[in-house]
Amino acid sequence: MSLLEVRDLNVKFNTPDGEVHAVKNMNFSMEEGETLAIVGESGSGKSQAVFAMIGLLARNGYASGSVMFEGTEILNLHGPALNKIRAAKISMIFQDPMTSLNPYMRVSDQMAEVLVHHKGMSKSAAIAESVKMLDAVKIPEAKSRITMYPHEFSGGMRQRVMIAMSLLCQPKLLIADEPTTALDVTVQAQIMQLLDDIQKDFGTAIILITHDLGVVAGSTHDTLVMYGGQVMEDAPTDELFAHPTHPYTRGLLSAVPRLDQDNETLNTIPGSPPNMMNMPKGCPFYGRCEYRLDVCVDTLPPLTEIPGHAGHFRACNVPVEDIK
Amino acid sequence: MSETIMQVQDLKVYFDVLPQGAMPWTKPRRLRAVDGVTFDLKAGETLGIVGESGCGKSTLARAVIRMIPAEAGSVLWLGQELLKFDKKQLRNQRKQVQMIFQDPLASLNPRMNIGEIIAEPLKTHYPETPKAEIKQRVREVMEKVGLLPNLVNRYPHEFSGGQCQRIGIARALIMKPKLIICDEPVSALDVSIQAQVVNLLKELQDEMGLSLIFIAHDLSIVKHISTRIMVLYLGNMVELSDSADLYAHPRHPYTQALISAVPIPDPEIERNKEVILIEGDLPSPINPPSGCVFRTRCPRAADLCAQQKPEWRDAGDGHMVACHFHD
Repeated sequence: MSLLEVRDLNVKFNTPDGEVHAVKNMNFSMEEGETLAIVGESGSGKSQAVFAMIGLLARNGYASGSVMFEGTEILNLHGPALNKIRAAKISMIFQDPMTSLNPYMRVSDQMAEVLVHHKGMSKSAAIAESVKMLDAVKIPEAKSRITMYPHEFSGGMRQRVMIAMSLLCQPKLLIADEPTTALDVTVQAQIMQLLDDIQKDFGTAIILITHDLGVVAGSTHDTLVMYGGQVMEDAPTDELFAHPTHPYTRGLLSAVPRLDQDNETLNTIPGSPPNMMNMPKGCPFYGRCEYRLDVCVDTLPPLTEIPGHAGHFRACNVPVEDIK
Repeated sequence: MSETIMQVQDLKVYFDVLPQGAMPWTKPRRLRAVDGVTFDLKAGETLGIVGESGCGKSTLARAVIRMIPAEAGSVLWLGQELLKFDKKQLRNQRKQVQMIFQDPLASLNPRMNIGEIIAEPLKTHYPETPKAEIKQRVREVMEKVGLLPNLVNRYPHEFSGGQCQRIGIARALIMKPKLIICDEPVSALDVSIQAQVVNLLKELQDEMGLSLIFIAHDLSIVKHISTRIMVLYLGNMVELSDSADLYAHPRHPYTQALISAVPIPDPEIERNKEVILIEGDLPSPINPPSGCVFRTRCPRAADLCAQQKPEWRDAGDGHMVACHFHD
């Protein structure tokens, strides 16, 4: 049994201008202790997909399909049932650590609240546990710093506090939504190192949502590439970087400026991402794809495994052999 | 040898800040945002400025065009002292310098259509320009940055981030400036759009002989576009060199750590590479460390570093570095 199994996940939003189909027929599964990257540009639906899984969709959004966590359906849960899953089983950290911490509460109170609420601990025991966790995420002098307010910490330290808070109930799965985007590269390296260590120490599975392919390359087992609300390619990370088979993945990889290479002009993907209000009928990448065929206008094939490449899935009409 | 358009000597920018909970009689404290920066800029070259947030890169870029007053130092613009310009001279000089900002949508007035936005600098500096000519120039410059001229009556919210950044570039280009200051122009854009904008800037530079000061925290982008790169740390220059040389042979321990921290999109390289993690946080610029500002986080720090500020020296072939123990 997989830790997490997502089948035909669809997320839609009702807006005054009509319905937006943010995530279309998403399928994937992940095992315990694994790291999965979901990569995509803004508006590709990567965040909304995981928001749907843990009931964080905005009021006008609704999800359908199935999300099995340890064999139990968790999609569209409400109230106490949802709370049991959140924090205790799945927890989440967000991009901006300042806006996800409460500025009016001391870190000690915010962290203790989690344990008091979910585990019924006494406040003093909860604070003692929180100090241990701050130590685990390498915050120096955790014991004295825990009484500080969030604004007294630097950006990197705040993200450490967030990570510590999310680990308090020892969840099986940690969802990190662009955890390092707001941070400097040197701090980013520290945080990624920390997430690696945590995975080794606690055996936590991690879903890492990011747009940075460099971060993906360093620290994940599997990678899902999303575009226009759909999964374009899903493969073990090494395989994906060595043999990208979807035109979008290839374009994305070649558009990233690299420190280790000298190229005069960057490859670009012409055009811009599709408007989610007005999605093309077939493949969302049709307008920008250099390999496009006539069938692509109307159809996007489902994600299928490439023969001979176990675990490497792609959704594209163009045969693998034709992509060079 | 192309001409030098700007020479900056020992530029210092200080701010007076009040500590938290200050009383009216509390003496403000000095924040050293930029503390002695020296460089020159040649026509047609791109100077990249990198550093972590709070290192003073944006302050520096604004101070060299007097958008922020400098405390001390000198800025020579085409041989003349910019810091002593009077209002009229400054206004004249501003015609030759334009700026592009980080947030493409926020830097465009939402209540003006893009024709008006692009034409605004021209109307401000040359109010006597005939309408037909303005229209013509707007069309030309829109084509140049890859915008269809028939979009001229649309409003900023109708455009995507990448297109808004093109509008910002068009607005800067219409003055035919000598220098464009780009403050994190692609940080807010998606990877596939980033590449388009960077390529566009490079093309325009070749075509029009522009000089660029390019600020970014993304080292790979900076490497890609810059002729020379300056690394700043806590308002101090750490290293300045030719772009290829800086990445191939960084001399300063901070630059080395910074470069090693950049993730590379290749699993094999990424797993085998050694990241030099620098511990701790940036010290406060209100109370910077004595001697070398980097010493509190530097793996090579010795007693000398606390006592003496390292001088700005040539480590060979014009590769400038400020470190007592550089490579």
